[in-house]
Amino acid sequence: MSNGRFGIHGGQYIPETLMNAVIELEEAYNRYKDDPAFNAELTELFNEYAGRPSRLYFARKMTDDLGGAKIYLKREDLNHTGAHKINNVLGQALLAKKMGKTRLIAETGAGQHGVATATAAALMGMECVVFMGEEDTKRQALNVYRMRLLGAEVVPVTTGTATLKDAVSQAMREWTSRIDDTHYCLGSVMGPHPFPTIVRDFQAVISREIKAQLMEKEGKLPDAVLACVGGGSNAIGSFYHFINDPSVRLIGCEAAGRGVDTFETAATIATGKLGIFHGMKSYFCQDEYGQIAPVYSISAGLDYPGIGPEHAMLHDTGRAQYVPITDDEAVDAFEYLARMEGIIPAIESAHAVAYARTLAPTMGKDQIIVITISGRGDKDCAAIARYRGEDLHE
Amino acid sequence: MSKIREAFAHGKAFIPFLTCGDPDLETTAACVQACARAGASLIELGIPFSDPTAEGPVIQGANLKALQAGTTTDKIFDLVRELRKDVSIPFVFMTYANVVYSYGPERFLRKCQDVGIDGIILPDVPYEEKEEFLPYCRKHGVDLISMIAPTSQDRIARIAREADGFLYIVSSLGVTGTRTEITTDLGSILKAVRANTDIPAAIGFGISTPEQAKKMAGISDGAIVGSAIIKILDKYGTEAPAHVEEYVRSMVEAARSAG
Repeated sequence: MSNGRFGIHGGQYIPETLMNAVIELEEAYNRYKDDPAFNAELTELFNEYAGRPSRLYFARKMTDDLGGAKIYLKREDLNHTGAHKINNVLGQALLAKKMGKTRLIAETGAGQHGVATATAAALMGMECVVFMGEEDTKRQALNVYRMRLLGAEVVPVTTGTATLKDAVSQAMREWTSRIDDTHYCLGSVMGPHPFPTIVRDFQAVISREIKAQLMEKEGKLPDAVLACVGGGSNAIGSFYHFINDPSVRLIGCEAAGRGVDTFETAATIATGKLGIFHGMKSYFCQDEYGQIAPVYSISAGLDYPGIGPEHAMLHDTGRAQYVPITDDEAVDAFEYLARMEGIIPAIESAHAVAYARTLAPTMGKDQIIVITISGRGDKDCAAIARYRGEDLHE
Repeated sequence: MSKIREAFAHGKAFIPFLTCGDPDLETTAACVQACARAGASLIELGIPFSDPTAEGPVIQGANLKALQAGTTTDKIFDLVRELRKDVSIPFVFMTYANVVYSYGPERFLRKCQDVGIDGIILPDVPYEEKEEFLPYCRKHGVDLISMIAPTSQDRIARIAREADGFLYIVSSLGVTGTRTEITTDLGSILKAVRANTDIPAAIGFGISTPEQAKKMAGISDGAIVGSAIIKILDKYGTEAPAHVEEYVRSMVEAARSAG
């Protein structure tokens, strides 16, 4: 069996045409990942360009309001381009550049990864094409404009459900047709090996910072770390440096859409089963014949029928826990954090905020919850207004 | 000798592809019979998948249509069982890993053996992952067909040496679909294949005209055509079998004339 397994999950289930490309990528990554010059260059980009380290903010009002554990927010929303996606993209773009690639392609759901990729491409003078489900181009029109402004071409994908999974499929198809000069900048901890490892390593900066920052502020580890999970890149980034600290509960918040007992859900751990898709073995929402389900969530970024293979393993071993959060709960949390702390989170991140509202009151005042706010919510305002029956024209 | 290898023993092969259930299973059955009458050496039967990542727009459309018409893996097994009453040329399933995996590889391959399937092609299962399915294929006498792509280079020897049935040579980069020109240096790929195995090698992806079929069969052991046939189905729907037969006959003749 191939490399890149997380327990039974992961692997490289891709067309033969792409095999040498992922092998070349793995070799390049192994060459550069511990290279001091590469890492110095990446750290410089993280700090000077993306604005890292991101703040770990003590949410005093929210803590008082919930009356239990102390709540800290890891502010990935304050990164350049407004989400955690930039961490992975700067790493991959730099790696692609070292490999001599001149063109980046990417999929995007909410548009955050697409914007981040377009940004890195502009910065590094690379060509950029972003595949985005047509449905999502409508839900996230502002991000489409941002990508074009940054010099990227945005290709609307009309096949299937015209959402994130179809954008991934189309980006994979595009990669098979043009490999020599093109790097597929995959946006989450998914797809064939080595992507789940590469993306996790570039996102692990989140938990590395949380650990150091909390040690400085509180002198101890958190009791729970919460993050939203679609493919799972901000969650694995938030969990990674705590995996070997068994006292830290790791909780991924999945998008339940209209509920896990309906067909309009994207909660993979709650409703999916083991399968093979998009290059990996993991859990997927699917029917009895293995046809991938047309999933739904109010959040375009979590609207994906699978979950990264490392999360699938953390679920199997019980090291992490995955909870479903409905649209209603997420929208309430979106509004709650805005009013309580003056922070408008991405609707994706609001899924994690929602679970914290349930969890914090059950914990002691001497305990600590860290919630990763993976992105900012400006992009979601029109959609949330619509959800509440108000039609906004930007 | 497996039934598939034997199919290549009578001159250059022509291999048509059909997506089962596009536009319905009755039409698929009639097209399979038409292909057999027209002299096809073996037939590739696609089990539709919701997200066929190796396919171009034409076959993607066929997959979608078949699923919307209610086609399922079980109904396709029933179809093959029926067809086996009067069609004897080898059948090869072409589908995606998850279709087999969710059915249960043991149960799927046992069913293949029961109904008379001779081989299976899984485009999202490369050499590195074939152990997932190969033991079940071997146990039930179904050839797991390996693919070689224009980018395979140093991998060709390894893949060819362990291949069963026939080798599927992908003519071009990208996904399935007709192409006006095939620019890959297939001659050197075939040379590398020949240096490592004596099992037959057929070329697919991008072939639609008799001229292309003749050229591809000329440098290999046969030609595989999918999208061009699906286009005939798109055009004629349930009236397609007669048109498919006529087209396949012209392609069979073109391929044969190469050898």
